[in-house]
Amino acid sequence: MAHNSDVRPIAGAIAMTAKTLFEKIWDEHVVYQQSGQPTLLYVDLHLIHEVTTPQAFEGLRVASRKVRAPERTFGTLDHNVPTTDRTRPISDPESATQVEAMRRNCAEFGIKLFALGAREQGIVHVIGPELGLTQPGMTIVCGDSHTSTHGAFGALAFGVGTSEVEHVLATQCLWQVKPKTMEIWVGGRLGAGVTAKDLILGIIGSIGIDGATGHAIEYCGPTIAGLSMEERMTVCNMSIEAGARAGMVSPDQTTVEYLRGRPYAPQGAAFERAAERWLSVRTEAGARFDSSHRFKAEEFAPQVTWGTNPGMVVEVTGKVPEPGAIADPAARAAAARALEYMGLVAGTAITEIKIDRVFIGSCTNSRLSDLKAAAAVAKGRKVARGVQAMVVPGSQQIKAEAETLGLDRIFKEAGFEWRESGCSMCLGMNADILKPQERCASTSNRNFEGRQGPGGRTHLVSPAMAAAAALEGHFVDLREFRIEPLG
Amino acid sequence: MRAFKNFTGLVAPLDKSNVDTDQIIPKQFLKSVVRSGLGAGLFYSWRFTPQGAEIPDFVLNQERYRGASILVAGANFGCGSSREHAVWALDDYGFRAIIAPSFADIFRNNCLKNGLLPVALQAGAVRRIIDAAGARAGYRIAIDLERQTIADEQGQREAFDIEPFYKQRLLEGLDDISLTLAHGEEIAAYERRHLPPYPRL
Repeated sequence: MAHNSDVRPIAGAIAMTAKTLFEKIWDEHVVYQQSGQPTLLYVDLHLIHEVTTPQAFEGLRVASRKVRAPERTFGTLDHNVPTTDRTRPISDPESATQVEAMRRNCAEFGIKLFALGAREQGIVHVIGPELGLTQPGMTIVCGDSHTSTHGAFGALAFGVGTSEVEHVLATQCLWQVKPKTMEIWVGGRLGAGVTAKDLILGIIGSIGIDGATGHAIEYCGPTIAGLSMEERMTVCNMSIEAGARAGMVSPDQTTVEYLRGRPYAPQGAAFERAAERWLSVRTEAGARFDSSHRFKAEEFAPQVTWGTNPGMVVEVTGKVPEPGAIADPAARAAAARALEYMGLVAGTAITEIKIDRVFIGSCTNSRLSDLKAAAAVAKGRKVARGVQAMVVPGSQQIKAEAETLGLDRIFKEAGFEWRESGCSMCLGMNADILKPQERCASTSNRNFEGRQGPGGRTHLVSPAMAAAAALEGHFVDLREFRIEPLG
Repeated sequence: MRAFKNFTGLVAPLDKSNVDTDQIIPKQFLKSVVRSGLGAGLFYSWRFTPQGAEIPDFVLNQERYRGASILVAGANFGCGSSREHAVWALDDYGFRAIIAPSFADIFRNNCLKNGLLPVALQAGAVRRIIDAAGARAGYRIAIDLERQTIADEQGQREAFDIEPFYKQRLLEGLDDISLTLAHGEEIAAYERRHLPPYPRL
């Protein structure tokens, strides 16, 4: 895809008066700073889940340390919980142990946990925004690389490792080296059938999977301003797939309206005061970024990954690439290896690739609008013979809302499985995994080797594209697919 | 954290770019509630067949690379998931340093918290090391963190960058949390002037 990029020199002191969203949040959260050293940054909100925390709590116990601000940490169970019947105990003993450890740790240290059975339970990056915990201007961390999702609200949100989880629990702070800033500007209108998922996959394909390493991205421009909060979350979610720990959007009225009435958002007059503060953290006109990329929305088509990282992506009208045509030797070798792993032949039309499984879910694409888009495609049709398709709502609240709208019936009548909320087959820590060589159209964020199960083959697509592939048994260009609006 | 001591170690070449943390330690090993023992799962799908037999071609299964303590790999090493298990697995297997043209941000941070040294060198220098480790049996590199250099016995010598803050921590094996708790006054002062983010429910 054609795009312009330029790397600008860091603005001089005189031009520094106009600040970016990132700079405002960073400056606001400095606890301690000494020249030439990382900054001690305050963390407003810490989200935790069962997989990346047990060793952190154990570290606290060994050192007899307390959690400094338990009211700023919220836990959920998402990564390895079953998405089937939850009235029975978890059958996998290791998963059960981890879930029990989380329950015990949260109880011992006074942390609010949205456990199985709670109506708030769901994927950590889905429930933070849904509950109004995620708010503009905040610093947010979580032991999960897709924490960038929360940047959609104009928060500085990034993933950390378990040592840093322990550090935040003990101190409510983190030592951070200030990243560079990158503007990704998108203008124009996305075409029919082209979604936020296609936009971010196309961007990653263009700038590369390490194109934004060391940077905090801000997504700017009229196209981004026109996106809903759920669409912005999809875009920010995959920032890490371009190497950026954080991806952000300046807060606007769309952000404010999303948060109005959410349980953990301020209420009444306090909400109006907060909204005013939130809108003030926007990037100012004339603020400079360390680098910039510009894209035109009209140039994006539905995207399908063909390889084993999210940058290995083409338009649905394209073909599996020919490794021999790639100039860079490392990229050529990687492409050849990817085709071998994926069981694909160079030159095959994307729409000729047959699939065995479909996964609609994950912190990228499991929100109500995603499920509606998939349901609109599935309505009145049937999943192709031989294809197993599942829909995993991002949270119990989304599941309930979807059921109120009758989406569960549409999916079930079409032959999709309708599951309980969790990370599920995005990373296959529970029973939801691909068998070796099974090929999956997935709305998740990573197509790494074995990600969805050892030997499994993942193609990343939007929810509507995944639903269409489920019905036809192979990828189809959604733009040629007749879709009736949901009644 | 264990302090990083200068050492000379056997080099294993993993000639791939974009080695993601799902490859370094697959998901089935993330159900552990402890940090130890993850070396058994390191590069599991590349090291072992589905039946659990060693895949002889994989670099770490070759006799000449047994006991390697330095891994040299392609660019963007450690991309993807934030799982610190990737670093724990490399460490448990016996690696003390990773040499690559570049590292993913979260992975690099995790290395620095665990005494595993990430050494970023120019792509050309990394290529020479990968080639040398492939060509010469028993190819070793000496790492001097104090001087920020690596050197082999054939005379290749490279300098690398590391933030002084992290270098000091690695050399002394300092615990970040103790250091931060020494700033307790500053943290408390920050909390006093900062608005509470959530209303009481």
